[in-house]
Amino acid sequence: MDKGLVFDHLRIAHHGAALLALDATVAPGEVLTVMGPSGSGKSTLLAAIIGTLAPGFTLSGRITLDGTEITRLPPEQRRTGILFQDELLFPHLSVGGNLGFGLPPRLRGRARREKIDAALRDIGLEGFAKRDPATLSGGQKARVALMRMLLAEPRALLLDEPFSKLDAARRGQIRALVFERARAQGLPVLLVTHDPEDAAAAGGRVITLG
Amino acid sequence: MIRRPMRNWLPLGLAATLAVTTPTLALAEADPADWDAVVAEAEGQTVYWNAWGGAENVNAFIDWIGALAQDEYGVTLEHVKLSDTAEAVSRVLAEKSAGKDDGGAIDLIWINGENFAAMKRQGLLYGPWSEALPNWQLTDPEANAALTADFTVPTEGLESPWGMAQLVFYHDTARLPEPPRSMAALADWAAQNPGRFTYPQPPDFLGSTFLKQALIELTPDTGALSQPVDEADYEAATAPLWDWLDALTPNLWRQGKAYPQNAQRMIQLMADSEIDIGFEFNPNAASNAIANFQLPDTVRSFVLEGGSLGNASFVAIPYNANAKAGAMVIANLLLSPQAQARMASPDELGFGTVLAMDELSDAEVRLFDEIPVGIATLTPEELGPTLPEPHPSWMEKLEEDWTARYGVAP
Amino acid sequence: MAFSLTRAAPALTLLALLGPVAAGLAGTLAPAFGLMPALGGTEASLDPFRALLGWPGLPRAATLSLFTGLAATLVSLALTVLICAGWQGTRAFAALERALSPLLSVPHAAAAFGLAFLIAPSGWIARLIALPLGWERPPDVLILQDPWGLSLIAGLVVKEMPFLLLMTLAALPALRPAQSLATAQALGYGRVTAWFKVILPRLYPQVRLPVYAVLAFSVSVVDVAMILGPGTPPPLAVQVLKWMNDPDLAMRFRAAAGALLLLALTLAALLLWRGGEIALARLSARWLVAGGRGHAERMLRGLGLGLGALSAALVLLGLVGLAAWSFAGLWRFPELLPQGWTLRSWMRHGPELLALFGQTLLIAATSSGIAMILTTACLEAEQRHGLRPGTRALWLLYLPLLVPQIAFLPGLQVAGLLTGLDGTLAAVIAVHVVFVLPYAFLSLSDPYRALDPRYAAVAHALGRGPSATFWRVRLPMLLRPWLTAAAVSAAVSVGQYLPTLLIGGGRVPTLTTEALALASGGDRRVIGVTALAQTSAAFLSFALALLIPALAWRNRRGMRHG
Repeated sequence: MDKGLVFDHLRIAHHGAALLALDATVAPGEVLTVMGPSGSGKSTLLAAIIGTLAPGFTLSGRITLDGTEITRLPPEQRRTGILFQDELLFPHLSVGGNLGFGLPPRLRGRARREKIDAALRDIGLEGFAKRDPATLSGGQKARVALMRMLLAEPRALLLDEPFSKLDAARRGQIRALVFERARAQGLPVLLVTHDPEDAAAAGGRVITLG
Repeated sequence: MIRRPMRNWLPLGLAATLAVTTPTLALAEADPADWDAVVAEAEGQTVYWNAWGGAENVNAFIDWIGALAQDEYGVTLEHVKLSDTAEAVSRVLAEKSAGKDDGGAIDLIWINGENFAAMKRQGLLYGPWSEALPNWQLTDPEANAALTADFTVPTEGLESPWGMAQLVFYHDTARLPEPPRSMAALADWAAQNPGRFTYPQPPDFLGSTFLKQALIELTPDTGALSQPVDEADYEAATAPLWDWLDALTPNLWRQGKAYPQNAQRMIQLMADSEIDIGFEFNPNAASNAIANFQLPDTVRSFVLEGGSLGNASFVAIPYNANAKAGAMVIANLLLSPQAQARMASPDELGFGTVLAMDELSDAEVRLFDEIPVGIATLTPEELGPTLPEPHPSWMEKLEEDWTARYGVAP
Repeated sequence: MAFSLTRAAPALTLLALLGPVAAGLAGTLAPAFGLMPALGGTEASLDPFRALLGWPGLPRAATLSLFTGLAATLVSLALTVLICAGWQGTRAFAALERALSPLLSVPHAAAAFGLAFLIAPSGWIARLIALPLGWERPPDVLILQDPWGLSLIAGLVVKEMPFLLLMTLAALPALRPAQSLATAQALGYGRVTAWFKVILPRLYPQVRLPVYAVLAFSVSVVDVAMILGPGTPPPLAVQVLKWMNDPDLAMRFRAAAGALLLLALTLAALLLWRGGEIALARLSARWLVAGGRGHAERMLRGLGLGLGALSAALVLLGLVGLAAWSFAGLWRFPELLPQGWTLRSWMRHGPELLALFGQTLLIAATSSGIAMILTTACLEAEQRHGLRPGTRALWLLYLPLLVPQIAFLPGLQVAGLLTGLDGTLAAVIAVHVVFVLPYAFLSLSDPYRALDPRYAAVAHALGRGPSATFWRVRLPMLLRPWLTAAAVSAAVSVGQYLPTLLIGGGRVPTLTTEALALASGGDRRVIGVTALAQTSAAFLSFALALLIPALAWRNRRGMRHG
């Protein structure tokens, strides 16, 4: 039984031209850092994992998550949480609404509200449920985005240069928070970045594409 | 889009040579000879009357007829307001093309002249029926040939008359106290007052009527006009008209480089003081325009010496109409003394009645005697004689030649 | 929305559009070659074309159609680009943006009437001069109906420029113009020059189709041309309509041949334009990188703003003029205002127009609703299945805009009768969908495709399926452009005259059919009442499109400029 995120002879081609090849296993709580120049296929790899590869790309091999092959699953059933460089909080929902969006529907009513309040407390934003996300600071947004993803109970965590837009002071803080939560929940983490500092902070293996 | 129906009115004095020929269409239903059956069938029907919707007084009159029809016969009248009668003709044509030979969308059309001739020629009309209407007895087709021949085309019972009209000029007495009263005088006046006169661009009906009116006055032999154009000496007959137009055109409004599209535009030009003389195919036009605040109350009507063109307005039923009985009831109602007197009032339409006074009872005659006179409407005596219309082929040829000479060069 | 149907949506949409156009064209093609059994035309012949070529006004009418169409499009586009280049992101631009909705709501014919009353020698502007100079009569100068069609071009520009501006505004955000502009300006480029060099080359491909739609419309326009265009001879489209309405039914054959020629002219205009695009792209390729930092910037900016404001002012002042007429008693030249005011025009026509408001809005809401559903489904199909219609298929979508209406409506009427649908509310709604759908697609596709796809990726990663992603993320985030597209669609529906009349058989009256019939009497008072009624119906949808997002997102700063 392969716990964690496994790339089993993964090959991606674009209109027939080979783009990247990956064989790797990311164990629960482990961080795998993928580096490489622009155009080396980092974003394509993430798209392949979350299931949003554009037409024109072809994929062979398998990606399994906790032993289940996810390559053929629709994106929403893969349970691969992702954080982008931008927080991408839904601008039409409140802060609480964004968290609720991530929360599975089995929690209802009061329990749901309490869970959201607790989550906000957890990231130091108590009482922010009704706030407009556009009024938050960069660090606050990043924390909400992380919490929204965690509430969806993912089985793996994908990070697409999530810290590059934050200022130096916040960056270390948020980075520590993300890795700490991932480890605490035993999630395999795939970090895509340009920044050697991110790679160093992640402390795991580093693969360079391209 | 600002157009109105081609209202072609038949000359009143047309010779009886074009009398009614034997009707050829067989009646399949709604036989007006059995009027009680028609009335019974009509009850509960909805009649879609397609008529030009650009005149408030006409719309109001049609509403009034509708209320009357509902009260007296249980017939519902829907006025389908058109911006051009051709829209209704197109509709019937499209229905025929699609093989929809019954249950058509149009039950009654306000129609005249060329539209009637075309629909009759193509077998798009129902009938004969109109001369079997009870109120037809109140008219005198012997005395008024316009009732049975529309633009020289025999009506053959395919359409029923409801109003008479005539070409009448108008001027603002405050700006032009003494208007020219002949085509020759008009050209002289225009030479002295360049840019103050124009006419709607042929083949607009009113513009073509103006050409014909001028032709009648200027041609050396008016007799030739009653023959088809290719049997007459067209060149000789029209040469004076073209000479006259060549002289007039540089003195027209905008030097003849642009023309108003229709009668409505001409009233607007008059209101804007762009021109000093206008005309309409409706003796009541000036009074109507004054009542609508379009023209000042110093405007008066006049006619040219020697008479004016005039004819009648009709309603017809398409061959595939859905409510033929109801349509006949409406046509008959239009011929009733009550409706005719209302129509003839300058406060309503101001059209001339198609009824013959000596066919009416004294009480009915009184209805007409009580009609007030419009402020800028001429009395029947002042209106003078109506002129015979040339054979229809003249109009087509005149329009064609006018377009080649004046209508396509900037 | 049944999203199992999204895969079928593109095909379904094309069918809904192309069926009617093809049926209509067939109905024009046959009589153009002498075939129309109802009029005794049972043998194919070229006589209709011979008659058409024999008409002495043809060369000039055809030239006029081409010239006015191309010129109106060129000026509208140039003005749009100049305004955006000089002022995008400024307060003046925001003011112009706010004026867009009313400008778009005014029907073409009403704008033309308003403009005519402003610029005629006896019009409002002339009256301003006439009073101090003591003119009693207007000067006899040819402004309206001029032989070159200049006033017609002006009448088209004042209406088409706002439309192109709206389309540009929809396409711009995806190009992130502020960043590009700032970069170029940092390199020392003037604002206007920077815009032309770094934004326009990317923007133009996005607004190309709306520009083609404007071109095709301008070449074949009838109502504006009848009010402002020359008459000796008129542009071809007007002449074709005259033949079509000629009491001599034999003219229908010539009209059909003329309609085909008009279609050919429209295609020729599009090809000419395309040729111009290619030539300009070649010529400008070097200019783009030649390093010129721009000159006459101030003048160009001033010109853009001045002409843009003038164009907006002409429409709005024209509308004010018509409003004044609707309350006017006697009003003669050279009086600036009526001698007396009266409610009579409103009392007479208001009730009948009001009675049609409900039906008009029902048709507009249903047809634009269907069009929006189909459009949204097509765009969703694109997002979900990569079913992006090929360029070729996309062209077909705009066919109802590119084929002149008079070239296929008479045929469509016959088709409607054959299917037995005609004369019903459903048939009218269906035919409105044909004309509304291209506008819905034009208005919505850019914002839809521009939405950051990572939002959907996030939603998927959070365990939400395509349906929830659509309803809970994409649609709310696109609420503003979606409603704007719906408003444009509804306004297009409200303005349909010939399709409503022909397919409704006179049994489905709307505000517009009633308004045009009433206005055919030519009285400016009536025209004023009907123009205001039509404008208010269209404006209602634009107002809702502004109001709903403003209310729904009043506490969401991130949604204010979507």
